[in-house]
Amino acid sequence: MAQFVDRQELDFLLFDVMGMDRLTSSDRYAAYDHETAEAILDSAQAIAAKHFEPIAAEMDANEPRVVDGKVVIQQEAKEALAAYAEAGFFAAGFDEGDGGMQMPKLLSLAVSGLFTCANNALANYAFLTQANAAMLRAFGSPEQVATYLPPMLEGRWFGTMCLSEPQAGSSLSDITTKAEPQGDGTYRISGTKMWISGGDHELSENIVHMVLAKIPGGAPGVKGISLFLVPRYRVDENGQVGDWNNITLGGLNHKMGQRGTTNCLLNFSDGGDTIGTLVGAEGAGMAAMFHMMNEARLAVGHGAAMCGLGGYLASLQYARERLQGRHPLNKDATSPQLPIIDHADVRRMLLAQKTAVEGATTLTSWCAALVDRMSVTDDPDEQKRLNGLLDVLTPIAKSWPSEHCLEANKHAIQILGGYGYTRDFPMERFYRDNRLNHIHEGTYAIHGLDLLGRKVRMRGGADFIALLEELDAIATRADAYGELKPHVAALRSAIQELSETTRTLCAEPDVNRSLANATLYLNTFGHVVIAALHLWRAETALTKRGEDDAFRDGVLASCRYFFAYELPKTQTDFAFLRGMDDTCLTMRDAWFGNA
Amino acid sequence: MKVLVPVKRVIDYNVKVRVKADGSGVDLANVKMSMNPFDEIAVEEAIRLKEAGKAEEVVAVSIGVKQAQETLRTALAMGADRAILVVAADDVHHDIEPLAVAKILAKVVEEEQPGLILCGKQAIDNDMNATGQMLSALLGWSQGTFASELDIDGDSAVVTREVDGGLQTIKVKMPAIVTVDLRLNEPRYASLPNIMKAKKKPLDEKTADDYGVDVTPRLEIVKTSEPVARAAGIMVGSVDELVAKLKEAGAV
Repeated sequence: MAQFVDRQELDFLLFDVMGMDRLTSSDRYAAYDHETAEAILDSAQAIAAKHFEPIAAEMDANEPRVVDGKVVIQQEAKEALAAYAEAGFFAAGFDEGDGGMQMPKLLSLAVSGLFTCANNALANYAFLTQANAAMLRAFGSPEQVATYLPPMLEGRWFGTMCLSEPQAGSSLSDITTKAEPQGDGTYRISGTKMWISGGDHELSENIVHMVLAKIPGGAPGVKGISLFLVPRYRVDENGQVGDWNNITLGGLNHKMGQRGTTNCLLNFSDGGDTIGTLVGAEGAGMAAMFHMMNEARLAVGHGAAMCGLGGYLASLQYARERLQGRHPLNKDATSPQLPIIDHADVRRMLLAQKTAVEGATTLTSWCAALVDRMSVTDDPDEQKRLNGLLDVLTPIAKSWPSEHCLEANKHAIQILGGYGYTRDFPMERFYRDNRLNHIHEGTYAIHGLDLLGRKVRMRGGADFIALLEELDAIATRADAYGELKPHVAALRSAIQELSETTRTLCAEPDVNRSLANATLYLNTFGHVVIAALHLWRAETALTKRGEDDAFRDGVLASCRYFFAYELPKTQTDFAFLRGMDDTCLTMRDAWFGNA
Repeated sequence: MKVLVPVKRVIDYNVKVRVKADGSGVDLANVKMSMNPFDEIAVEEAIRLKEAGKAEEVVAVSIGVKQAQETLRTALAMGADRAILVVAADDVHHDIEPLAVAKILAKVVEEEQPGLILCGKQAIDNDMNATGQMLSALLGWSQGTFASELDIDGDSAVVTREVDGGLQTIKVKMPAIVTVDLRLNEPRYASLPNIMKAKKKPLDEKTADDYGVDVTPRLEIVKTSEPVARAAGIMVGSVDELVAKLKEAGAV
């Protein structure tokens, strides 16, 4: 069985670094003491080990197919999700008043991570349902909530998000799906939606689609987009599943990774009427989507980190067992071979993975902890400050893991050599699964534009400055330890450069030029944040000195690696960014050659 | 009928066991600990008896360090009604030997008067496979060990035992001790609502002194060592070469 969690590392992150125990002082999270959190993680780990991980490779090898108009997925997938539902995980993150467990975001992110790492494609069905249910809870009418929320929290009905269309993806203002009022408060939904994950399958009794569509005669562009709840099977007044709602499966997309998650082209009102109901106000569809986006982006970033973790743990195990080669000075061909972990370059590839995964999980966990702090504070100024921090951190938390934990997967494959390129080992699957995280929930480039074009400029740069202060506070805490002082100085200098570079880019009046290298800006900004987080981890490990030497030294080694190999790159990048290079901006179409 | 289920906190079965440098035992500092998997099966069976209306109450008991209360909470989250913790050691490395455990359990039985004791056939840490049998002798109760099936029928229990070469079915008089094997059932997961409910279930704390049992070790651990590492294999080019090598090694 492939390993999908390192509980010692997870405990360190949740309790020592993030101080999850402190949440119990709030009324909202009083039940989540250390022991309870461990019991919940135990339960999640047991279900993931028994039901999720064992079928991950098989679900990847046998992607869903259509037989007689129905999607066929192996039976064990349904049983696994039933075990997940029975243990109460669908409802875990929801408030007690809604029938949930009111679990802190920090813990629910860790729990979700266990399932993602064990079987990403399978876990997606549950996560999509939870995202859909959260949106319904936030914007649905009391009737919609009463009818649709309970079966989703019980895991009997699943959910999807239907945004993209074949001709409109990143640019949603161009969608053409129509919602025509029927005069009875319902709408006839017609059109085609593309890339719908979990859009069709037989894993649940019903599928609840959240669909973006335009009401004819409404405002042009995004202001004319409304949100509709559209079930696969119509639901009667008693909440019973009834007639089919005329949504046909146009086809399944055949993907590089996450292959066990069906990804569909869906036709609405195909051969008959597809009936939906409006969620929230007319024209407020995009606002509802944006409300959920921070959470979804955090989940994607964490998913990327979990793909990185899976590859890291598997390649680490292999490197400790695989015997190959001898030290350069040893010319005795009859001497025993070394485990490959004894070769410095293999350790480099392991450290690159370790630092990427630890940095990424610490970042996503920090964001989750900020969400929890927002839920328990009554102080409106603190609310605003935390919200601002999350606004700036979210594009980084989505993107940095998707870039650098994908790179980590490359190293995981490399450590195995030819074996890593085969399906006999899970590394290539993690790599393929992870590749999506760089694309969906806003591509890497989109987040660069979001960060540099909007987030750092919002509220006169106040949120950006608040983040720099947080990073500086980490440096101050770490400064108490002599061995960390060189890193403290390096971090402070990088923070300074980030501040200056941002000021220069924001002062540029030509927006095209200012944003031309936004993707590099995002990456470099991310490196500064991740460096700070490694310092935070190192400081925490030193504060808890004496408990487990090998673990503590491993945390310190990660910090040392990141400051030696990665942070120095930011100097070159910041100088380059300040120069506002226009090589790409001025490149002409015709110069690219013939294609 | 009341069912008593003794559970032991042991090193988690997923953890790679490391022997302490001085050979005095296994390193348990900062290592994940869990309920002995065989005991989980015993808890599950007890809960199923209750669900089937054959038992009224399930009481879990653990003997060891204070942290064993986490193990008892697991039993409560699975569905046990209440728990008793007997603190008998301060240090996780102090293993309470089967005889001392059996003596304490005998006292607990005296107080609790269960009709059935269900326990794991052995603990996965030191594989003694002794506590259930010793307890049976101390109480003078019948025993059915290595159970892969259990049927309670009034004042007797039919136990299918996993023995060398097959299955043996025996009928024992109640009250009885049944030690359970791997194939008896598949333990349930503690659901999130039940984990929360478990926090409110009663957990009594006692000490070994309360029962007047001396837990001083009687056995001396001479040495603990890692298993011999497996030697690397070799690739052979043909069946003939394989046979030759095996002959050379004196294997055929």
